[in-house]
Amino acid sequence: MNTADQYLKTIYVVQKQEDGPASTGSIADALGVSPASANEMIGKLEERGLAEHEKYKGVRLTDDGIVKARDALQTYCIIERFLANVLAVEEFREEAHELEAVIDDTVADRLDTIIDRQPECPDCFDPETDACACLEVAAVPAEPEQ
Amino acid sequence: MVEVSVSQRITSDDQLARLLQIGIVLEEVVEARAHHHYESLDAELDEEVETLLADAAEESAEHRARLEGLIEGLGVDSVPFDEIESLVDARYGRTQPDDFDGVLYDQLCNEETAYKFYDDLIEAIEGSDAEFSLDRAELLDTLESIREEEAEGVSEVTEVMERR
Repeated sequence: MNTADQYLKTIYVVQKQEDGPASTGSIADALGVSPASANEMIGKLEERGLAEHEKYKGVRLTDDGIVKARDALQTYCIIERFLANVLAVEEFREEAHELEAVIDDTVADRLDTIIDRQPECPDCFDPETDACACLEVAAVPAEPEQ
Repeated sequence: MVEVSVSQRITSDDQLARLLQIGIVLEEVVEARAHHHYESLDAELDEEVETLLADAAEESAEHRARLEGLIEGLGVDSVPFDEIESLVDARYGRTQPDDFDGVLYDQLCNEETAYKFYDDLIEAIEGSDAEFSLDRAELLDTLESIREEEAEGVSEVTEVMERR
């Protein structure tokens, strides 16, 4: 997933959380980048017709931006689900963030053929837990009673 | 394409190992799907497609072994093939191509996806100044030679598709 897609995904999620335009500060925080870097990328997204920036209000994705953001979020969900359910990675959220830049959409699509994703994806993505709400993570087995 | 500014680098052995595991799973998916396709051809055997799929499965198994060699060097476990095969079994019905053209197209996606994966991985390793426990030159040599074989695979499938 390229950097632009990571931004689109983040703006989409922040916009939903804030129920309105996403502030540059929230976007920068969510991505762990400086507000200056966030501003620069937001400018590029605007040039491509994917986002609109209103001074003092924040960023809003255009319809085209929303389509791309939802695709990117779906790719991210595939990576999380794959790590959690196929490779049994406990820290799947952290690893998904680390790896998302190196995993292309086409690769995620192929990984998608072996995971059980819900048809409502990516609407089931829960920003609070940073994961799909339908994701079942294998619980650590309880110690057997003596 | 927008310039990259967020981290796109591999910074640790663990990240590298995880990506190599993903490579192994991709190869396992190819191998298991090729096997399914091969079996589904039994009604009307098509020698050309059959040979193509058999070669693809063999090549995937060989790539898997090479990737396993690399991740052994990092002290990480591989991904068991039978588990992936059962996942492919469980989901295959939903994603199954329904004719020869579909089988070839699926195979083309396999080869192109694998090529893209290795290409991105090589770029990420080259862009990283992390010290890995593996010899960097050997790691890149192995991945580049696998990527080359994937590129050849794309050409082979494309050629068959164009001829038919």
